[in-house]
Amino acid sequence: MVIVLGAIAVAQLVRVYEHSLKLKKTGEHDINDRDNNLNAWLMLLFMIFQFGGFIYLMLAYGWTGRGPSASLEGEETDWLLNLNFVIIIAIFFLTNFLLFYFSYKYVRKPGVRATYFPHNNKLEMIWTVVPACVLAVIIILGLRSWNNLTSPSGDGAVVIELYSKQFDWTARYAGEDNVLGKYDYKLTTGTNELGILTAKTIEDAIVEREKKVNAINKLLSNADTVLSDSLVEAQEFTLSHNERILRSLYQLKQNHNKEVDKNAEDDIIVKGTLVLCVGQEYEFNFRSMDVIHSAYFPHFRAQINTVPGMTTRTKFTPSITTAEMREIKNDPKFKYVLMCNKICGKAHYKMKMDIEVLSKAEYAAWLAGKKKETFKLKYGIAPAEGGDDMAKEDGSNSGEDMPAEDATGEAAPIKKEDEI
Amino acid sequence: MGSHAHDSHDHGHAHHEEHHHEENFVSKYIFSHDHKMIGKQFLMTAVFMGLVAMMLSILFRIQLAWPGESSDFLNLFLGDRWAPKGILDQNMYLGLVTIHGTIMVFFLLTGGLSGTFSNILIPLQLGARDMASGFLNMLSYWFFFISSVLMLFSLFVETGPAMAGWTVYPPLSALPKAVPGSGLGMTLWLFSMAIFIAGSLIGSLNYIVTVLNLRTKGMTMTRMPLTIWAFFVTAILGVLSFPVLLSAALLLIMDRLAGTSFYLSDIIVGDEMLSNHGGSPILFQHLFWFLGHPEVYIVLLPALGLSSEIIATNARKPIFGYKAMIGSILAIGFLSFIVWGHHMFITGMNPFLGSVFVFTTLLIAIPSAVKVFNYITTLWKGSLVFTPAMLFAIGLVSTFITGGVTGIILADSALDIAIHDTYFVVAHFHIVMGMSAVLGMFAGVYHWFPKMYGRMLNTRLGYVHFWITIIGAYGVFFPMHFVGLAGAPRRYYDYSVYKDFDNSALEMMMDLNVIITIFAILAALGQAIFLFNFFYSIYRGPKAPQNPWNSNTLEWTAPVEHIHGNWPGELPTVHRWPYDYSKPGYEEDFVPQTVPLKESEEEH
Repeated sequence: MVIVLGAIAVAQLVRVYEHSLKLKKTGEHDINDRDNNLNAWLMLLFMIFQFGGFIYLMLAYGWTGRGPSASLEGEETDWLLNLNFVIIIAIFFLTNFLLFYFSYKYVRKPGVRATYFPHNNKLEMIWTVVPACVLAVIIILGLRSWNNLTSPSGDGAVVIELYSKQFDWTARYAGEDNVLGKYDYKLTTGTNELGILTAKTIEDAIVEREKKVNAINKLLSNADTVLSDSLVEAQEFTLSHNERILRSLYQLKQNHNKEVDKNAEDDIIVKGTLVLCVGQEYEFNFRSMDVIHSAYFPHFRAQINTVPGMTTRTKFTPSITTAEMREIKNDPKFKYVLMCNKICGKAHYKMKMDIEVLSKAEYAAWLAGKKKETFKLKYGIAPAEGGDDMAKEDGSNSGEDMPAEDATGEAAPIKKEDEI
Repeated sequence: MGSHAHDSHDHGHAHHEEHHHEENFVSKYIFSHDHKMIGKQFLMTAVFMGLVAMMLSILFRIQLAWPGESSDFLNLFLGDRWAPKGILDQNMYLGLVTIHGTIMVFFLLTGGLSGTFSNILIPLQLGARDMASGFLNMLSYWFFFISSVLMLFSLFVETGPAMAGWTVYPPLSALPKAVPGSGLGMTLWLFSMAIFIAGSLIGSLNYIVTVLNLRTKGMTMTRMPLTIWAFFVTAILGVLSFPVLLSAALLLIMDRLAGTSFYLSDIIVGDEMLSNHGGSPILFQHLFWFLGHPEVYIVLLPALGLSSEIIATNARKPIFGYKAMIGSILAIGFLSFIVWGHHMFITGMNPFLGSVFVFTTLLIAIPSAVKVFNYITTLWKGSLVFTPAMLFAIGLVSTFITGGVTGIILADSALDIAIHDTYFVVAHFHIVMGMSAVLGMFAGVYHWFPKMYGRMLNTRLGYVHFWITIIGAYGVFFPMHFVGLAGAPRRYYDYSVYKDFDNSALEMMMDLNVIITIFAILAALGQAIFLFNFFYSIYRGPKAPQNPWNSNTLEWTAPVEHIHGNWPGELPTVHRWPYDYSKPGYEEDFVPQTVPLKESEEEH
């Protein structure tokens, strides 16, 4: 109601105003000097507001909240960022100043005509060459950093895999041999969440898959029950899907080289907190179970997408322990964090993993405590025992436990007719 | 009812008379073949879509500023399904963000800038009777309309609209089990976009052919206003890049529908193990961004073209460096095809590839800088008249600078690592698109409103609209840089998760989020002034004179009342470039293009 009355009020004011214009015999396109000069002043005022606002924000929030770089590699990145900011802030102030100042200064004045100045090659040359030079510097320094950041890690780097899925992260330490065990997604089960590849896991996956196939076959061949056509179709679909996977598993078994099992057997799977050692270079590998996620380590200035169907990698060397960073930030509750940074569904915003950076001694102690948790020792434990680690995300798909595909007409693969 | 290239203007006029036919409401207003009407149709639809998308952003900004607090406003618009107890549903949050982005980039900025102004200005500024094909032009609008309807409809389906971000990366966008919007909502999105692309292609082809073939006598390519150069290059970009998006969409449709594995490999979603193998999600990203990057220049170039015209006219000075401006439009157009990988630095693609894209992306800064300096030099020693259009055009230059310089940071792959997909990126692209391009669109509306509707918009209301918009919008997007530098990821439903690990960052983000939302609400309310002014003036605005801005270009030589064929008699003949403002030797401070050169006068 208020809005309607307000609109009517404005309409009437406008009409009165226009009538008054008619009397003065001027139109909307005739900008009188008073309005013109007012806007010229507003241009100048706006510039002050813009610059002032910027400076205020820089002072209040320029510290950005991340703290100093917590990785060695990130220190160079931060230096480069500051250099770039100096350059672009200078450009920002200079050009906006010219723009608004000229707008203010060259407002129409009676008797003063504009200067006919259509082009000047020298000027064009200057402001083509100067930006090009500045950009050349930016490019060279930037690419040098990029090469450093993306180059292979050194021989002493410790390998850790981070496995992402809706909606959590799981870390797999490569163990004593510092080589990650192989994997295949078809081996993923409730007890083998990461699809690790060993002779035993292949066997178990085959057994589970055979059970499923048999169950469906039994259902379809059962003479006692009458099934609807659509149910039969769905079941046959699921059956062929499972048989296809089973065939792949047989092939996997056939081609499996038992030599590689030992790489997997000493791997240590950790959920909840990623524990790192200060001063140690890490080579991180990333996998994803379902959709693209992104491993974002803001404090370490690192980020890399995790992509289903491939392994991505990055590296960094933590340089400040959690305890030290708590001092620096004056926050005893501070924790480093790994956050998901690629839209991945409902709980994208809470898909994170704590990171703790320990001193060498503390880390050694922690690692010693994990000796009994190698894949070889923990694999085969029933889900109920190991279940505490697998915290369920509320509202998410039940991607945590890997119940086998239900033989009773559940989830057919993506080609279901209503999923067009 | 097409137009034909011809030498003799009398012949054309007589030819046109023979074709005259009775018009009814449907053929005049609905299925019009007249470029002036079609341009207005694009404008109306685009503005409506923009308002919807703006409303969507207010809805999710309320969630961002006040997470967990019940909002009657949200419940009013989203009902119990998507805002139970006044709290925005997490899936719908992603849906709102997705549709907001999609509508703004494609429907408001592409349809509203290219569709509106290319249509209205190309024939009028070239001295042509109409576009090369009025029929195809009519189709291009109706495809745009249908795709708009589909996109809006997708908001109302039960499983929700597409929810994978406007970039709709698979596998998330391919798997309904991963997020509900990837079911019917995503299908509607894909079909809407396919139709949009078809309409856009038809339109672009029309624009290109008209620019090449239907220029009037004396209108050489280097006597065309910069608006036309901008629309021309934009259309070429569209023709070359939109089909690639279509291919990306088709492959995605096949992955969803036909069991193919273009983008899918080794996936377990929920409890379902898919048998797809061998595909790559990164393929989609290459295809998407091959359009995606030129798309942002398709959005920006028309705005830049409009501003060149408006600034020159209102500074009473030639645009500085006309040839350099053409050169930079061409350079930006060309370079825009070889920079797409800068959206993909951290996808896991080969780092060497990343290096190449750093280089090409930073190159694009050079023609952009040239344009900015040329605008500034046009103002220098001018005699400035601050029409609302002029204010908006200057605002465009300011925001182009501000948004452009943060692009330099993002183009540097080493720096992008720490800020990719954070609010720093959101700030960057909103300032260049949500401010620069939108300000350009407003500038165009204010400047060419008399040409479109034969009436004048109210100037005072225009001033108020401008100042609220620029202050409001800067207030929304400037703080976002800091939120992003602090490491806040995009598309997060709730930033109070920072409570768990970093309280100082949490405080900063929550404070800034409130500031941002408040400025957003203010800026949104400010648009009501524009809407009122716009619709009121269409019907009750003062009648416009033929050339209200004392401008040189050809559209102002056509009569105020719209007629088929634009000029009642012969087509105008052009003798000079469009930027003879305050030329020495002339008493008036402008010399329209139709005025012949004096003896011994040099053309610029």
